[in-house]
Amino acid sequence: MAVTVLIPTPLRPYTDNLEAVEVEGETVAAILQNLITRYGDLKRHLLTEGGQIRNFVNIYVNDEDVRHLEQGQHTPITGPAVISIVPSIAGGGHA
Amino acid sequence: MLNVDTSQVSLSREEMERFSRHLILPEVGLEGQKRLKAGKVLCIGTGGLGSPLLLYLAAAGVGRIGIVDFDVVDTSNLQRQIIHSTSGVGKPKVESAKHRLLEINPYCQVDVYNVALKANNALDLFRDYDVIVDGTDNFPTRYLVNDACVILGKPNVYGSIFRFEGQATVFNYQDGPHYRDLYPEPPPPGLVPSCAEGGVLGILPGIIGVIQATETVKILLGVGTTLSGRLLLYDALKMSFRELKLRKNPATPPVTELIDYEQFCGIPTVSETKPAAVETITVHDLKARMDAGKDFVLVDVRNPNEYDICRIPGSVLIPLPDIEQGPGIEKVRALLNGAELIVHCKSGMRSARALGILAQAGIVGKNLEGGILAWGDAYDPSVPKY
Repeated sequence: MAVTVLIPTPLRPYTDNLEAVEVEGETVAAILQNLITRYGDLKRHLLTEGGQIRNFVNIYVNDEDVRHLEQGQHTPITGPAVISIVPSIAGGGHA
Repeated sequence: MLNVDTSQVSLSREEMERFSRHLILPEVGLEGQKRLKAGKVLCIGTGGLGSPLLLYLAAAGVGRIGIVDFDVVDTSNLQRQIIHSTSGVGKPKVESAKHRLLEINPYCQVDVYNVALKANNALDLFRDYDVIVDGTDNFPTRYLVNDACVILGKPNVYGSIFRFEGQATVFNYQDGPHYRDLYPEPPPPGLVPSCAEGGVLGILPGIIGVIQATETVKILLGVGTTLSGRLLLYDALKMSFRELKLRKNPATPPVTELIDYEQFCGIPTVSETKPAAVETITVHDLKARMDAGKDFVLVDVRNPNEYDICRIPGSVLIPLPDIEQGPGIEKVRALLNGAELIVHCKSGMRSARALGILAQAGIVGKNLEGGILAWGDAYDPSVPKY
């Protein structure tokens, strides 16, 4: 089934400036893989060479960080869900 | 609840009048206002986030406010850094901020630290304060603020912004999660553009900074439910707020000492950057080539909206993202046709990155030192320092 993946501002240049993308997949990992297949430039921003989610990007299923879900990236997505990509940002001071 | 000693604190008649709207609020009252007056808050940075939050903390009656910043007020700050004024341009930010805060609330003690926050001064600066507020603009300082707060057991009121989006939470409060639980590591330099490169909506830090001020006041008062354990996301374009769960991560290593944060964030030291740097050319060499009618191609890798602000005559716009994603490389190749390649941006960082990518594709060129800003200084006074 297709779920909505919310794309944050810093990554929109790699998704044709779309803020949300509908992606098919049975698990979080499969959904991310399908997203990357469609938007290849996203890969280095989301995953390490080994396919792990990078340490400065968090992936949430609804409001829960996948790192804290029992099955992590392999958590099955069975019902309507929103997947959020939330990268680390630092702005705010002098710049 | 934060341990604030109010036994030595009293309010004068003038202060009673000033804070009367707090005093009649049952959740604040006289005891709460005394807690605010006894409270000591240290704000790191007096930029986009620090400006609004400091104004409100002083107005609310926080008794002692410390400010850490080493920068001076620049005209381009005034679009969002509302604590500073046109008359303050060129002055140290901490002085400009102190002046404004005392104008709002002369009963506030304002301590200024006109220094860069570093691993060798952070613990000493933080030790005397109850709450630390992070209004910085870079990853090394954010990890430093976090680690110093964890070591000293201080709450860290966090806010961060990018273009139209903001994040806010409270770290390290009442045994709650901290920054390293949210993001174990920073992104490598260059992967995410800074506000100076990417721009920021001026009002955005106002919203996030005021959320930080609200959380700080709640912590001092000991009322309500803070953002500890929740990450608040704000999108100004959609005018939407979302909330995500933020938990302690059992895999986060304990923070026991401060480290080299520049190194941790992968920022090369000056000695490392110089030898690896691409070949450069000065604006004077560029002018000489122009005057001599030499055959060269000048590529501007800034964004189209920056090209609209100002440009060097004869330059061709090929934005860095275009080069990063591939198509721009072929555009450059097609332009060259044997001619010399000179690349520029605003100040020389992005053009160096572009030349690094082009070099991998077999295209060699020179980086214009100091970018269009240096060109403006030397030859074109119409170039604004945007």
